[in-house]
Amino acid sequence: MIFKASTLPRWALLLIWVLIFAAIFAAPSVLPVFRLNLLGRFLSLAIVALGIDLIWGFTGLLSLGQGIFFAIGGYAAAMYLQLTSSANEINGIPEFFGLYGVQELPGFWEPFYSPIFTLIAIWLIPALLAGLLGNLVFRNRIKGVYFSILTQASLLVFFNFFNGQQKLINGTNGLKTDVSQLFGQMVGSANMQRSFFWLTCLLVILSWFLLRWVVRGRFGNVLIAIRDDEPRLRFTGFNPTLFKTIVFAIAGGLAGIGGALYTVQSGIVSPQYMTIPFSIEMVIWVAVGGRGTLLGAILGAVFINYAKSLVSEAFPETWLFIQGGLFIVVVCALPEGVIGWLQNGGVRNLLTRLGWSKPISTYPKLQNSGIDEVQP
Amino acid sequence: MLPIQIRRVVSGAAFSLVAFSLASCGSGDQAVEFDDTVKVGILHSLTGTMAISESTLVDTEKMAIDEINAAGGVTVDGKKYKIEYIVEDGASDWPTFAEKSKKLIDQDKVPVVFGGWTSASRKAMLPVYESKDAFLYYPIQYEGQECSNNIFYTGATPNQQSEPATEFMFKKSPAAGKPFFLVGSDYVFPRTSNTITKSQVAQLGGKVVGEDYLPLGNTEVAPIIAKIKKALPDGGVIVNTLNGDQNVAFFKQIQDAGITPAKGYYVMNYSIAEEEISTIGSEFLEGHYGAWNYMMSIDSPASKKFASDFQAKYGADRKVADPQESAYNMVYLWKAAVEKANSFDNDKVREALVGIEFAGPQGPVKVMPNHHLSQTVRIGQITADGQFKILEESDGPVAPQAWNQIHPDSKGYSCDWTDPKKGGKYKL
Amino acid sequence: MELFFESLFNGVAIGSVLMVAALGLAIVFGLMGVINLAHGELIMLGAYTTYVVQLIFKLPALQSIYWAYILVAIPLAFVVSGVVGILLERTVIRRLYGNPLETLLATWGVSLILQQFVRSVPLAYASGIIFALLVGFSFPFLLPKKLLDGPSSQLFRAVGWFGSAIFGILLSGGLASQISTISRANSRNVDVTAPKWMRGGLEWMNLTFPVPRLVIIAMTILAVLAVLWFLNRSIWGMRIRAVTQNRSMSDCLGIPTDTVDVLTFGIGSGLAGVAGVAVSLLGSVGPNVGSSYIVGCFMVVVLGGVGNLFGTILASFSIGLLTDLIGAGRLLSLWPNMPSPLAATVDFFATTSMAQVMIFALIVIFLQFRPGGLFPLKGRTVEA
Repeated sequence: MIFKASTLPRWALLLIWVLIFAAIFAAPSVLPVFRLNLLGRFLSLAIVALGIDLIWGFTGLLSLGQGIFFAIGGYAAAMYLQLTSSANEINGIPEFFGLYGVQELPGFWEPFYSPIFTLIAIWLIPALLAGLLGNLVFRNRIKGVYFSILTQASLLVFFNFFNGQQKLINGTNGLKTDVSQLFGQMVGSANMQRSFFWLTCLLVILSWFLLRWVVRGRFGNVLIAIRDDEPRLRFTGFNPTLFKTIVFAIAGGLAGIGGALYTVQSGIVSPQYMTIPFSIEMVIWVAVGGRGTLLGAILGAVFINYAKSLVSEAFPETWLFIQGGLFIVVVCALPEGVIGWLQNGGVRNLLTRLGWSKPISTYPKLQNSGIDEVQP
Repeated sequence: MLPIQIRRVVSGAAFSLVAFSLASCGSGDQAVEFDDTVKVGILHSLTGTMAISESTLVDTEKMAIDEINAAGGVTVDGKKYKIEYIVEDGASDWPTFAEKSKKLIDQDKVPVVFGGWTSASRKAMLPVYESKDAFLYYPIQYEGQECSNNIFYTGATPNQQSEPATEFMFKKSPAAGKPFFLVGSDYVFPRTSNTITKSQVAQLGGKVVGEDYLPLGNTEVAPIIAKIKKALPDGGVIVNTLNGDQNVAFFKQIQDAGITPAKGYYVMNYSIAEEEISTIGSEFLEGHYGAWNYMMSIDSPASKKFASDFQAKYGADRKVADPQESAYNMVYLWKAAVEKANSFDNDKVREALVGIEFAGPQGPVKVMPNHHLSQTVRIGQITADGQFKILEESDGPVAPQAWNQIHPDSKGYSCDWTDPKKGGKYKL
Repeated sequence: MELFFESLFNGVAIGSVLMVAALGLAIVFGLMGVINLAHGELIMLGAYTTYVVQLIFKLPALQSIYWAYILVAIPLAFVVSGVVGILLERTVIRRLYGNPLETLLATWGVSLILQQFVRSVPLAYASGIIFALLVGFSFPFLLPKKLLDGPSSQLFRAVGWFGSAIFGILLSGGLASQISTISRANSRNVDVTAPKWMRGGLEWMNLTFPVPRLVIIAMTILAVLAVLWFLNRSIWGMRIRAVTQNRSMSDCLGIPTDTVDVLTFGIGSGLAGVAGVAVSLLGSVGPNVGSSYIVGCFMVVVLGGVGNLFGTILASFSIGLLTDLIGAGRLLSLWPNMPSPLAATVDFFATTSMAQVMIFALIVIFLQFRPGGLFPLKGRTVEA
């Protein structure tokens, strides 16, 4: 499948961006606290979606294991928050350790006392892990569905590991952040949550710029070449492994940032972020929005999650039907996603098909002589 | 029978939603004149793996609310309030429980939320209620080691369920004195409960020869069975805290492997109630044990009325069990507390709650200063008809211990919310 | 010696469940390159079919031959899952050949819908729908070809579908009125009760062999033999292999590749149904029963290598043995004097959940040395 460069007219793109900014600035005053909090969380998911768009939409690597990096980013943030507010607890360590009879803080928690380390760890650990996992896989030229299956299997490995290790990271229960203190305020307080909302908006835009820079230049061309014909790229002297590892690491880092922001806004990080369905869901956000279009990834993540939250409030049982249908429809009927469809002249094609607009003629000359269609 | 049947079919069909809402509106009670309405939240999993268990709680809570409404609703300041409920879906996903709690508190402004089943879901909700100073009523027996000012626990604590059960198994069961093996699903309740059981067995002078945990959702129990056979060659006690459908695989396969009461293996279960017995099949469970506060076979008018009301409403083949009884009690306790406080205000209701007594289907229960209930403990043996034969019953209600007195980390601590100097965890 | 036999039996028992579950997947993935994430849900449909068959056999009229329900359940589960699989292939997957990643996403969507389907649609009506589809599909094959190609073929087809819809409605009505438990939607797990002869254990040499496990092992062996025979000896099997090796050449030689695709997918899905019968013997049957097997199945296929049944067999039994060795902590009893740091590590992984972690890690490490699995496909087609 070949995606064209953006063919949406400049004014239309501008309009979309103006609308987005207007929505972001209006949101805190218009939306009730709960909905604003949801929007903030969905925007942090949009950061993850941007990463998936980079590896899938541009490079053709379908990862079903982004939940690993997402959760690790969340755990890094939550570990710091747990430590900052556990000074008054028994032994000065987070309260949950007491449940399992742990007296001493496990060693790997120690560095998370430092806020600077935590801020770096949130994106660096997932990025390094993704780089390592990616390299192991790409080195052997494992690709396509094999890559997808292996990422899914590693997801399960990490899920089982985090889920089973009560004594290290509180197992199934996960770590909570709402009642921790940060800058003298409770993380769950309305004020703090509003700041997180702004921070998330800022980071979405920054990630968007970063990825735009990555996919626009020569580097981006190589990525698209990997997606479209990897052997040929290799024959021309490029080393696809390196490029794939780098983008996979970038996507992992973004997932980590998204996970950390999501965690502080939802108040908890748990192994549930590493379940198989959640990671596949992430892919569908990008698919619906439009893979290969960065804007599509953001909009897809926000809108699908909003829809999910609204539908499951009203009719919980129907959400799976809708979600399943979305997967099938997007793949079979709308492979380029909504934004991609718009960019590729979807509206005009639809109007043509309905007979409301004149078809664009492939050979205008022939049409002048009265022939509508050209038979190949 | 019929309306529910129709309702279920309709609710499944994506396009008949309007009909569904009409049907549920139509069933309201017109007999009582109300001055106003109050909305409460119900938050359980309606989808996902836990839906199986949690949907029975939704049914029970709705029944209790309908009963209260039919009897005139809640009276505050001389005004009669009709209780309306907003049901939210936790989707068997702990973070979703936190999210939906925020929705119920911030958006719908409900004064109280009835919800939760797994400990993990409660732990996920706890910070939400604490940071927003809202109130959650939680109906399931659990591992204890928690005492929040913002949660009211109506299920059993370990000293009201697992401790007497362990003692019974060690002293009075046919396998008395034999070694113990602990099996559970891999999450917090089995792990903590088993920590307590291990200390207790050691205190009693017995031996725990092994323990294993099955990841949630995994049903391959062959390795666990191999371990049990190795650790308990001549029979013994198996303490089972597996979750939901994992029990089916476990009981089917231990029977085939020859781990049966006839050969001296007795399983004590903490999460198998009448509802689960009918799913697993009583032929696999006959002769094993269970410990609960309420059992459907309790021979008292209150218990029989509870069971028959539930069956009249939801179908003659339905069962009632301890978690449902606990959910039923908690709705009535909330009503009583609101009327005593004469306000829906959180702080006032919380203060009024402690000390309230209620005659529930299990017998009298009383709210203690640690936001838990004093309840009667019962130990029963599972019979061929899927009920418990009650073998032992405590003399009256047993006081709850939020902080376990056997667990090495909480020994000597207690909880009292009526005294601001004591709070959630203080040294005795 | 006793330990050895017990270990071996347990390993084979765990492996055979994996094997029967992964067999269909291996065929579909190996021969067609299609990743079917709905495979787990096809297993679930097989398990539910077993449940319905079992309920029918519990009716007073059939109670005396209850012991034989499995003989009906196996072929019926094969047919039900096979029909749903064929429907899936015709409607969704055929549009996506050559796009494995898209297929993966679409089949995930199908799996979500199937899961919710069994939750929200009463089993009696679901049986009716599937039965109607079955009759509708097989109807054209029952008529003489002349009629179908004749001028009123449309009419005949319409009549056929109408008739099968009536059949379906009759069946649903009949089931719903006779067996009340399946006349309402039910999201809770249900239980298949095995007849007397399939319960308990056989004692031999101080060891107990659970009968259901033996039945599953037998089913697995039969399924593998049948598949081997079909692929190597029957005319359609050879056509399938031909298409696998070179699709365009087979097409040129007059093999109907389209039919071959349907057939392969149908058989792969049907085998998932048989796996469903096996799974129902071990635990409860519920909407999520398939999803707990699916990742394991994929691991078997990846480890075994694509397009080689022996790889699949070897892979599932090695995973089975490893699960038992690690998960049941047998390494410690095999080698009691293990140096203590190693013993601590082994002990750390000797729980069921950590054993899974260990095994997946081992598979990923193994793939570092043999990226194509145990029996990689040789030839230039691999890069395509």
